[in-house]
Amino acid sequence: MKALRFSRKPAKYVAAGVAGRLSPGKGASVGPLKLVDTDDLKLPADDWVRFRPRLAGICGSDLATIDGHSSRYFEPIVSFPFTPGHEVVGDLEDGTRAVLVPVLSCVTRGIDPVCPACATGRTNHCGRIAFGHLEPGLQSGYCSDTGGGWSAEMVAHPSQLLTIPDDLADEAAVMVEPAACAVHAARMVNASGPHQRIAVIGSGTLGLLTIAALRGEDAFGTIIATGKYPHQKALATSLGADQVVSPRELARVVRSLTGAFVLDGGQLTDGVELVVDCVGSEASLTQALQVVAPGGQIIAVGMPGHTQLDLTSLWHRETSIKGCYAYTRPDFDRAIELVAEADLGRLVSATYPLARFTDAIEHAANAGARGAVKVAFDLRKKAAPQKDRR
Amino acid sequence: MPRPGFVLDVDKSTPPILFHHGDGFRLEKLPADRSRVIYPGEPLDALDDVEAEIQQALLHPLEMDPLPALLTPGMKLTIAFDDVSLPLPPMKRPDIRQRVIEAVLDMAAAAGVDDVHLIAALALHRRMTEDELRHAVGDRVYDAFAPQGALYNHDAEDPDNLAFLGETKHGEEVEINKRAAESDLLIYVNINIVSMDGGHKSTATGLASYRSIKHHHNVHTMEHSKSFMDRHNSELHHSNWRMGKVIADAGVKVFQIETTINNDTFGETGPMSVLAKREWEWTTRDRVSFIGMQKGLGLLSSGSRRKVFQAHRAPYGVTSVTAGAIEPVHERTLEKCFDQHIVEVEGQTDILTMGLPYICPYNVNSIMNPILVMCLGLGYFFNMYRGKPLVREGGVLIMTHPTPWEFHPVHHPSYIDFFEQVLADTTDPKVIEQKWEKQFAEDEWYRHLYRTSYAYHGVHPFYMWYWGSHALKHLGRVIIVGGDKRAVHRLGFKAASTLNDAFEMAEDVVGRHPTITHLKNPPIVMADVK
Repeated sequence: MKALRFSRKPAKYVAAGVAGRLSPGKGASVGPLKLVDTDDLKLPADDWVRFRPRLAGICGSDLATIDGHSSRYFEPIVSFPFTPGHEVVGDLEDGTRAVLVPVLSCVTRGIDPVCPACATGRTNHCGRIAFGHLEPGLQSGYCSDTGGGWSAEMVAHPSQLLTIPDDLADEAAVMVEPAACAVHAARMVNASGPHQRIAVIGSGTLGLLTIAALRGEDAFGTIIATGKYPHQKALATSLGADQVVSPRELARVVRSLTGAFVLDGGQLTDGVELVVDCVGSEASLTQALQVVAPGGQIIAVGMPGHTQLDLTSLWHRETSIKGCYAYTRPDFDRAIELVAEADLGRLVSATYPLARFTDAIEHAANAGARGAVKVAFDLRKKAAPQKDRR
Repeated sequence: MPRPGFVLDVDKSTPPILFHHGDGFRLEKLPADRSRVIYPGEPLDALDDVEAEIQQALLHPLEMDPLPALLTPGMKLTIAFDDVSLPLPPMKRPDIRQRVIEAVLDMAAAAGVDDVHLIAALALHRRMTEDELRHAVGDRVYDAFAPQGALYNHDAEDPDNLAFLGETKHGEEVEINKRAAESDLLIYVNINIVSMDGGHKSTATGLASYRSIKHHHNVHTMEHSKSFMDRHNSELHHSNWRMGKVIADAGVKVFQIETTINNDTFGETGPMSVLAKREWEWTTRDRVSFIGMQKGLGLLSSGSRRKVFQAHRAPYGVTSVTAGAIEPVHERTLEKCFDQHIVEVEGQTDILTMGLPYICPYNVNSIMNPILVMCLGLGYFFNMYRGKPLVREGGVLIMTHPTPWEFHPVHHPSYIDFFEQVLADTTDPKVIEQKWEKQFAEDEWYRHLYRTSYAYHGVHPFYMWYWGSHALKHLGRVIIVGGDKRAVHRLGFKAASTLNDAFEMAEDVVGRHPTITHLKNPPIVMADVK
């Protein structure tokens, strides 16, 4: 079967890092990612099943890996070679369509009793991600035993599969996994609330979904979002942002809305109570620190990676940065509803066959500039008509 | 004898007309047989002896005792003067304010008055810098008063230094500078560059607070000021006159000094002198000079061009100095202004064109941002009329200006928010006033910048927009030629690359073969439309 495989090849990984820095997405051409013909995966245990991806999305964390700039933090919790792809809608052997819940928790690893986190349903906090009968891997798509969505077939534990309604199109279903991340973020925000004003940094896939999820929670005041490109701004508005501004305008708008003063260097004296950073870059986190109110909170939904930050203001203003990783099963259940309610399938801008993976990766890495949001691999039919809205 | 302004009917032999275009120029050919150009009058003769005229005015004021008779030892004297927004461009030294203030101070000193304060009456404008104050009042006055804290900028947001004097019969609150209100005599020194300036507006606006100014700087007032250059038909002035009565009734004694200047904006020599000439009278030397100036400006960055223009100091001649009671003084001033500015024009036009220069009252030593472009065109230039607007109702206004999406971050911080936030929401002045004004006017950060830095008050961009509200209501379309398209669209206007394109676009509104009138300003010209 065909699969994209990411191997441990340090020289190629360095080359991908260089290429990716010069031109986002170019790491796919020179790095360790290859399209291969491979044997079917062995089932890790009797209760595992085969799962044939239909659509598999390309995520920001995938791009960071392919472009050679993901954090070394991941090294002990991934296993090589792995097939990427954790945003997956696919078919079970009996033809049932399902979405993948990619987190590899204790249950999937055959660990009994399960760890305290898994025991309370917080599978995203699983304390055994590198242990059990599976090779290390925080999620399917980073584990050599499970395979990933960027292939004709992978394997999954039944606890990872969620049947979807017939009327939910594949394009919508492939958005369920990232939408679950957004729901998790929105619920985290809600639990820390109420908040009069929230700033959402970034209107890529994660930012847009977070806006939709926040609006879906229906418990927030004004949402101010940043969007670089016109289509991002339009989508952010349609999904519920009250005000969408360019990234460079955020501090000015927050200042104006909150009546804050401005210190030399641009630090606001006041700000919004909560910032949801859906980018995870040094620039976005720096901006978040600039516009968050004293005592306020920054929720890092976008994966930050290795970042240099001046945290003096965090100390001085008693602000905090809180990570927001993945989801729980109830988040996933809600995500399926949200995808349908907010018509999130419209965020899928283009699909590619595996054979055109370099084009797909490059498109995904430049999605904003090319008027796109989510790019995915289409594995439904060899000759399936390709969708390329942009 | 200087030639008065006049109306030129354009025919095939008419040369291209010079249009101001920010810190540059355009030469534009207007369609023959249906276009006309309103030219300003040549500079009126300046007073031969300004100092003597000042003495004459102070010693023989209108309907008040001579100034020396009003000055007594131990009295509290305040001299207020117009701020950096006047005149435009700034005048060569010595500024007329300096000459008048020095004469007043000599008389005060002779009378033994030693409690004297000088206040730049800037209302909600930005504070004047030391250089600007020195330019206005002269080094001698500055050095004598500023170090002791007796020469300063008015602060419309200082609750400890404002005095509430009462309300007009229309319920307009009158609150002005406390020092001025509590002085035994307030002397106000004006530069009346246009007929809008002066009168009761000097004190009732220049020394007032936001609480007071908001009663006439609003959409309703501006829509009912037709025009605000014609004080007897201006609701803006009616309101200020009502406030003037409250000020007088509260016992504030004002000795008004108004001065007028002629149209000598660009001088008779130097590269700018060609700008004051009528195109068919350009000599070969003028043409070479103009081409050289155009080429030279083209080589400069926009910042450098701005510096070159902002450094220009006009050699105005002083045409009158009048002192005494506010109303008779102002009536005489208006006559002098109109002598210089008024040109009789027969009937309205379908399309009004105007070339907007690099400067307006609110970007001296600063950047002409898009909101100021709107204000200069639809506020000031559109209102340069008496009788009826130059352009018919539903007609088209075409302006030339680069309209850069650029703001001075120190001078115009609230303008940036207004442009990015408010105009992105709506360009309707009434909606803007209702929905947004309070937030900006009461923003503590803007208040802080106004009081301690060199920023216009938070509400100021709103006033700029209101200034154009009469025009916005009257016009069918506004087109800016050669402007930054994004900025022009944000203003709610149409952008055109060339004047001919603009004429084509205008035909959608006013029909084919429209009449065109070009208001050739500056130097200043005001139309008396019959």
